[in-house]
Amino acid sequence: MGDQLKIAVLVKRVPDSEARIKIDSGSGGIDPASVKFVVNPYDEYAVEEALALKEKAGEGEVVVISLGADSSQETLRSALAMGADRGVLLKTENAPTDPFAAAQILAAELEDGGFDLILSGKLAIDDYHHATGIIVAELLGLPGVSAASGLTVESGKGSAEREIEGGVEVVDFQLPAVVTCDKGLNEPRYPALKGIMMAKKKPLEVKDVTPADSGVEVVGLDLPPARPEGRIVGEGVDGVAPLIAALQQEAKVL
Amino acid sequence: MAKILAVLEQRDGALKKVSGEILAAARKIADSIDASVDAIAIGPAGLESDLNGLAADKCTFVSSDSLQLYQADLYASAVEATASSGGYRAIVIPATAMGKDLGPRIAARLKCPLVADVTAVADGELTLVRPVYAGKAMSTVKVTAGTAVVTVRPNAFEAAGSGNASVEKIELPDTAVKRVTTAQVKAPENKSLDVSEASIVVSGGRGLKEADNFKLIEELAAAFGGEAAVGASRAVVDAGWRPHSEQVGQTGKVVSPDLYVAVGISGAIQHLAGMRTSKVIVAVNRDKDAPIFGVADYGIVGDLFEILPVLTEKIAKITAG
Ligand SMILES: Cc1cc2nc3c(=O)[nH]c(=O)nc-3n(C[C@H](O)[C@H](O)[C@H](O)COP(=O)(O)OP(=O)(O)OC[C@H]3O[C@@H](n4cnc5c(N)ncnc54)[C@H](O)[C@@H]3O)c2cc1C
Ligand SMILES: Nc1ncnc2c1ncn2[C@@H]1O[C@H](COP(=O)(O)O)[C@@H](O)[C@H]1O
Repeated sequence: MGDQLKIAVLVKRVPDSEARIKIDSGSGGIDPASVKFVVNPYDEYAVEEALALKEKAGEGEVVVISLGADSSQETLRSALAMGADRGVLLKTENAPTDPFAAAQILAAELEDGGFDLILSGKLAIDDYHHATGIIVAELLGLPGVSAASGLTVESGKGSAEREIEGGVEVVDFQLPAVVTCDKGLNEPRYPALKGIMMAKKKPLEVKDVTPADSGVEVVGLDLPPARPEGRIVGEGVDGVAPLIAALQQEAKVL
Repeated sequence: MAKILAVLEQRDGALKKVSGEILAAARKIADSIDASVDAIAIGPAGLESDLNGLAADKCTFVSSDSLQLYQADLYASAVEATASSGGYRAIVIPATAMGKDLGPRIAARLKCPLVADVTAVADGELTLVRPVYAGKAMSTVKVTAGTAVVTVRPNAFEAAGSGNASVEKIELPDTAVKRVTTAQVKAPENKSLDVSEASIVVSGGRGLKEADNFKLIEELAAAFGGEAAVGASRAVVDAGWRPHSEQVGQTGKVVSPDLYVAVGISGAIQHLAGMRTSKVIVAVNRDKDAPIFGVADYGIVGDLFEILPVLTEKIAKITAG
């Protein structure tokens, strides 16, 4: 590997984190009406990291890849507007909800791509698997590091930091590798107007894919059980005594 | 008879509390398909003394001092060797930093689905409940494949009691290939309890006004005794007042302690994503319309700078007995 860095970034279209979730009784899924869709926030860290690494190397290519319906073209365009070079949409109306099934399709696309580095988010804020990137790494037989909040890559070697309970793990590996990205890695850039204009002309390839049968079935989607009705126990310091009484006698946590 | 494999977690050669929860979750899943529960523990030789009398049929102990720290590939090979020996319908792993890394590796190696971050077992065969959309919805998933990897959210299940599992010590399979190396774990200087593991979390937000005032939060946490950790909203982490490791919420940690105290935190939807499954929630905020009161069991409306010192003193008296 010379100074050229070829990096793939997996990006997913997800509902904005502010979105109020309504369940559509017909489909049993969420009601997409009035929900704003965005690039998964963790994938923005991955795109930013790829762009910064390419800029540092001086030369290379950043390819953004998404699995999903035609609407995911918009997600890829957002990543292209940030500065990625080209996009690939693996198009299906039935993107699997099982991360193994999704990773199989993504790995097949990545396999012969000659990438030095494959980046993804640590987690998609819709399905919440925290899994896809690492499954891809295993399927490709590559080193895989999850939830990196720090990353250095130099002359074919990488080192990452991962936050664990009560500490930070330092993990070393060789390229090519798969790294999933956490908050703390960088501050994603906002696409400039010029970037948005240029993104429209960048290549975006659409390939039809057919997911394998999934080994899980989603049998229900419900709103979380409502929390029991709470109450204001008091105002100012006058609230302290009734709070303590409630914690001791009702909640029994003291 | 079908079997379930419970993957236990150690740190510094001692079994972690979450391991008891994993045994309990595995037992619940086993009951839904009339299966038995085996356990597997991976770690240094010193771990053995913690493995006596676990609530399982047997416990396989993959022992080597090279397994002191979590080594992703070696741990994956150890679990894979036992898991693929046959008959396991589910491999149950804690959804901790370790398990969230290990689970996907096992799913890839067994070529099976992964059901992540499960909080409950539903009626029916191998049917599991997991929060999605940052806890704004609950998804119920039925496993139709022969085997699945299941990760379980810490604090969602009551830890299992003791049992009489026999311990079988084995070596790490020599086919294990190490592609990533955990070189070290950097621990913070004042080794405090992690928010995701504490049974009480006291969190502060922008209402604290400046970093120094967080000592009010630290003092309240300390008053609860050794079981409380300090948490923070993203606003104060982004401002550099507190480390990211303390952030609770969608881009921080998900916690479900017995008691969560939110002080000077408005209760944005992304913060609620990280703490709404706490058993009891207390909020202190001067704005009676703050959304945090919508999820709180008990609220005090008022100025935290007046309320906290009094609250801390009273709590300290109670815990001191
Ligand atoms: C993609 C995304 C991800 C995010 N992830 C997270 C996350 O993981 N965690 C998270 O917390 N946020 C997250 N956020 C940010 C979130 O939207 C809020 O901005 C943040 O939680 C606000 O923090 P806060 O409650 O401390 O501050 P504010 O919203 O400013 O609230 C401060 C509160 O303090 C009260 N107050 C002020 N003075 C006093 C006083 N003297 N006494 C008592 N009360 C007082 C005020 O009434 C107010 O309610 C995320 C946002 C986005 C877009
Ligand atoms: N359908 C998809 N298309 C592209 N990337 C995806 C897809 N699903 C998951 N990913 C990637 O995998 C990461 C983790 O997703 P998950 O395992 O579903 O939480 C995301 O942040 C993306 O980078």
